[in-house]
Amino acid sequence: MGLQIAFWLLSAIIVGSALGVVWQINLFRAAILLIVCFLATAGIFVILSADFIAAAQVIINVGAVAILIILSIMLTREVTRGSPSNRMGLPAFILVGVFAVCVIFGVITTTWSVSKVPPTEPTTAALANLLLDGSGFVFVIQLSAIMLISIIIGAIVLLKEKE
Amino acid sequence: MAPGLEHYLILSAVLFSIGLFGTVVKRSAVLILICIEIMLAAVNIALVAFSRFITPVELTGQLFAIFVIVVAAAEVAIGLAIILALYRQRHTIDTKKIDLLKW
Repeated sequence: MGLQIAFWLLSAIIVGSALGVVWQINLFRAAILLIVCFLATAGIFVILSADFIAAAQVIINVGAVAILIILSIMLTREVTRGSPSNRMGLPAFILVGVFAVCVIFGVITTTWSVSKVPPTEPTTAALANLLLDGSGFVFVIQLSAIMLISIIIGAIVLLKEKE
Repeated sequence: MAPGLEHYLILSAVLFSIGLFGTVVKRSAVLILICIEIMLAAVNIALVAFSRFITPVELTGQLFAIFVIVVAAAEVAIGLAIILALYRQRHTIDTKKIDLLKW
């Protein structure tokens, strides 16, 4: 029962704040609504018993990504100009509506083989074992390290003042 | 009854559609990035829901969600760097006025 209430409440917050991001003209308020959306998503992860992902979501997306976006909104002075839509509003709405209906139809008509086993809890140690015990994910960690360092260098090069 | 897999997948689909709509329709480059972030959050919800309901013990879906978060953070960093560089050069981030590659 508590799970049900939490799910519906968090879903309402997520969908409402995402709609607010699209609807909102003021860019700064859109960024604040993005933070609300991320926090509610972390709540969804908690009720899906994915505690580590929830913590990572709060630390990385709410703590770093949203702050970066707010900072860049302030640096580009777009708050005053707002975020107008282009002419594609109606066709895009129809296309996205058809897409959503198709996906939801597919989800409802598929019979998922849902497992009855209780989930692993807490997940942090299990995730670390899975990442590092040679089940093929070590290479991906190395790759993401290379990607992160190249992203940092790329951002510095892009934003370096030209003499 | 507790919410099942379909509930989470429908929530994910709705959130993804909202993000897609914003990405296509909005003109501010920062807002397009925000909407891409919303789409990635929707994908994460779907991945974690599959991990919880289909393979509750193996956690592979949660691992994929971690990698999605890593790539999303990197994408935001480089995207905002590009936007700031564009703003320095052209003094706008309106995607209608950024038409260097348009013919």
